Amino acid sequence: MSTIVSLPDQSTATLPKRSYLNAEHGLLSWLLTGDHKRIAMLYLVSITFFFFLGGFFAGMIRLELLTPVGDLMAADTYNKMFTMHGIVMVFLFLVPSVPATLGNFLIPIMIGAKDLAFPKINLLSWYLYMIGGTFVLASLVLGGVDTGWTFTTPLSTHYLNTHVITTATAIFIAGFSSIFTGLNFIVTIHRMRAPGMTWFRLPLFVWSNYAASIMMVLGTPVLAIAITLVALERTIGIGVFDPAKGGDPLLFQHLFWFYSHPAVYIMILPGFGVISEVISTFSRKRVFGYTAVAFSSVAIALFGFFVWAHHMFIMGVSNYSALVFSLLTMLVAVPSAIKIFNWSFTLQKGSITFETPMLYAFGFIGLFTIGGLTGVFLGSLGMDIHLTETYFIVAHFHFVMVGGMLMAFLSGVHFWWPKMTGRMYPESISKLAAVTTFIGFILTFFPQFVVGYLGMPRRYHAYPAEFQVLNVLSTAGATVLGVGYLLPLLYLGWSLKYGAIAGNNPWQATGLEWQIQSPPLTENFLETPVVEWEAYDYEWLAKKQQAELSHV
Amino acid sequence: MSYISPVLWQFLTKWLTYFAIWPQEASTVAPMADALYLFLWGMTVVGMILVGALVFVFSVRYRAQKHPEAVQIEGSTLLEATWTIIPLGIFLFVFVWGAWLYFRIYNPPANAMQIYIVGKQWMWKAEHPGGQHEINALHVPTGRPVQLTMISQDVFHSYSIPAFRVKREVIPGRFTTVWFNATTPGTYHLFCTQYCGTLHSGMIGEVTVLSPDDYQRWTEQSTSGMSLAQNGERLFNSLGCNSCHNGTAAARGPVLAGVYGSKIQMDDGTTQIATDGWLRDTILNPSQHVPAGYKPIMPTYQGQVSEEGLIDLVEYIKNLKSNYRNQQTLVTTQSNNAAPTTPDMVKP
Ligand code: HEM
Ligand SMILES: [Cu+2]
Repeated sequence: MSTIVSLPDQSTATLPKRSYLNAEHGLLSWLLTGDHKRIAMLYLVSITFFFFLGGFFAGMIRLELLTPVGDLMAADTYNKMFTMHGIVMVFLFLVPSVPATLGNFLIPIMIGAKDLAFPKINLLSWYLYMIGGTFVLASLVLGGVDTGWTFTTPLSTHYLNTHVITTATAIFIAGFSSIFTGLNFIVTIHRMRAPGMTWFRLPLFVWSNYAASIMMVLGTPVLAIAITLVALERTIGIGVFDPAKGGDPLLFQHLFWFYSHPAVYIMILPGFGVISEVISTFSRKRVFGYTAVAFSSVAIALFGFFVWAHHMFIMGVSNYSALVFSLLTMLVAVPSAIKIFNWSFTLQKGSITFETPMLYAFGFIGLFTIGGLTGVFLGSLGMDIHLTETYFIVAHFHFVMVGGMLMAFLSGVHFWWPKMTGRMYPESISKLAAVTTFIGFILTFFPQFVVGYLGMPRRYHAYPAEFQVLNVLSTAGATVLGVGYLLPLLYLGWSLKYGAIAGNNPWQATGLEWQIQSPPLTENFLETPVVEWEAYDYEWLAKKQQAELSHV
Repeated sequence: MSYISPVLWQFLTKWLTYFAIWPQEASTVAPMADALYLFLWGMTVVGMILVGALVFVFSVRYRAQKHPEAVQIEGSTLLEATWTIIPLGIFLFVFVWGAWLYFRIYNPPANAMQIYIVGKQWMWKAEHPGGQHEINALHVPTGRPVQLTMISQDVFHSYSIPAFRVKREVIPGRFTTVWFNATTPGTYHLFCTQYCGTLHSGMIGEVTVLSPDDYQRWTEQSTSGMSLAQNGERLFNSLGCNSCHNGTAAARGPVLAGVYGSKIQMDDGTTQIATDGWLRDTILNPSQHVPAGYKPIMPTYQGQVSEEGLIDLVEYIKNLKSNYRNQQTLVTTQSNNAAPTTPDMVKP
């Protein structure tokens, strides 16, 4: 048992002379880079842009719903708003968020590699993502699309004259970006681990991104097929979804949810990884039940493929298939519950500090627990009949995705910001932002559970007057939430220039990424590290620091 | 709880409804759904308190100032097992409860009264067997199971009556059904909950629950004079169906009387059951439903009959208990018989 000691600041308050940031100069050096860290930064900037674009649409939606009559914009405009909001948030923000930014930056470093297995494909992934994003923007500029992000046929194939194909193309292309990212991660994690970095020494962040990658590679092609069929049905009328031609309109639902259900795990699993790292670091403890947490990620990834039809309980699937899918849904809920307890018990007998990433992680635990448990409502067949397609759904997935995933993302961004930029963010305002986000979040989305149970359907441009009070609360909350999201944008930007120099390991964490300089060199490690300690081995870290101290 | 203490339940729901955080309960399944809902919130609150307390207590007790040295713990199989098995048990319990409710909501009783619903962008048409037609409205009596047989003319819609806690997707090309038994007279929201294009939020209406007497009065006042079956009969004759299905020995098509709900031997050796959806599909895709002993000569009526027309035809065929009426109407296509009372549903 040994105490962690604070080291004298070796970085002597200047950034290292050489780092991946200044290795080369000029815009082209960024646009043609093969460095996973630079590509991660490209992603970070792009997904931030799309996040705030999606946030703008969210604001417009909430503003419209301030009053029961649809007075702010026309019904079509409103429909385009929530479609764009959903498409941008899901495909251009949530799916790539943690893997493409933090994952890209960290996975090679965490396993002791110099880069991903296929640096050029990694760059190609970013270009595909940007081309996809451009198509979304194009469809927006050309007049928008109003299918909803779920592209329900035959609405999307036969009844809309908006830019469905442009948007479908966007999603098709962006999909390949995530397939390539997934492949790259899988190969890298299998083949490029440093000597001594065994599977069970991998940080949980790597495990969870590995699990998510499996889902990306297996699931996304099905989305691509579904989307292609929509385009073919629209253009040449092949009729796979059209009952008049002997097609099955439910087929689209099956294909779409076969991807989109696993997709929610693609979004949330990497977040789980972030939370494991953060909680472990700030309680200075190995994650409680490391193996269980690692395996539950993989379990979620595999079982996640067997529950898609729980989006179709009221669509006339047979009662018995509903039964099977409900049961499987309940089973998938268990690994998530396990993780919540594992994280809580990681705190036990720890030595806990409450830096901003930790506050976000606590926020994650609170919101994700509510989001997860309300998922059990929806997995329960009879209850789902009343709740589905109402604001209860909107509340549930925002709790999981926005409350859970976004909290995890912000937690991770704060946690690794010093590593990525070499500078600290200002501590007190970032704490304020974390708390503001949490409060704003509850205020925005909790009323939606209630209004959903009252029966208010989602995707409604106007609604009966009796639902107004709850909607006003929700809009007020959204304002607070918006402030909570804008703050980090401002102070993180500020810190790029004025933030205190971070040093190599400001959090005294054990991961390999913290043992190299911040920001790292282009080649990450000057010589391949040999890993001789378990993940989250704080005793090893203390010994190492003691040794370094005696050298000084 | 509505079983344990109806009085307490009423008190609770009145209070919750008063604070506008609870929808009215107006069907027999509503209290059942509400009971499950309360249980689920109970589970959520307990879960939250448990996790919140763990995080809070550990954070206070083991904060760095007070507990500078972390004690490394690998994990504990016993604890892992506990928090796997307990949630699993609760979730399985919820699964069983929810499944029971689902079968209750989606399996209609055999004696349910039939109403047909056609959804289209952006209105709900209701067709009562007695010839009452309504748009964005539905009148039903209390104390009687009502089954809705629904189909969409264009895109997916979804028929939702929050006060009854029931909802069912309305799909092009196939019939879906839902049933309820209304308990409390009043008017309730009817929503389309599946996004269906521009005026999705305008595809709403009112469900009016009437006492049996009021309902009787409403039925008499608002009938169009022709029952669905009678409309169907007219269509049957005007589309020329009767030229083959005329019930004579020499007819080129099978006798349709009594066909509904029966098992039919097909040309390809399979058997098929004549349900509502089957009848509809036979009219649209006859080549896929050739009964043994007949030639595939029936033309498709795809594009010639509206969904309402198909409902009329199906309703007509369902009501053909014998061949008598059809033969009779070969001569008089216009029938002035009184509308038949709602037929008893025969479950296939
Ligand atoms: C201030 C924050 C936000 C507010 C106020 C907000 C509000 C809303 C509302 C009101 C809807 C429902 C639209 C409807 O069904 O009528 C919605 C849908 C949705 N939101 Fe958000 N949202 C916010 C943030 C986010 C974020 C950060 C994400 C993802 C990262 C997200 C993802 C989605 C998705 C996927 C949908 C479904 C869209 C659809 O129905 O097609 N939202 N949001
Ligand atoms: Cu609709």
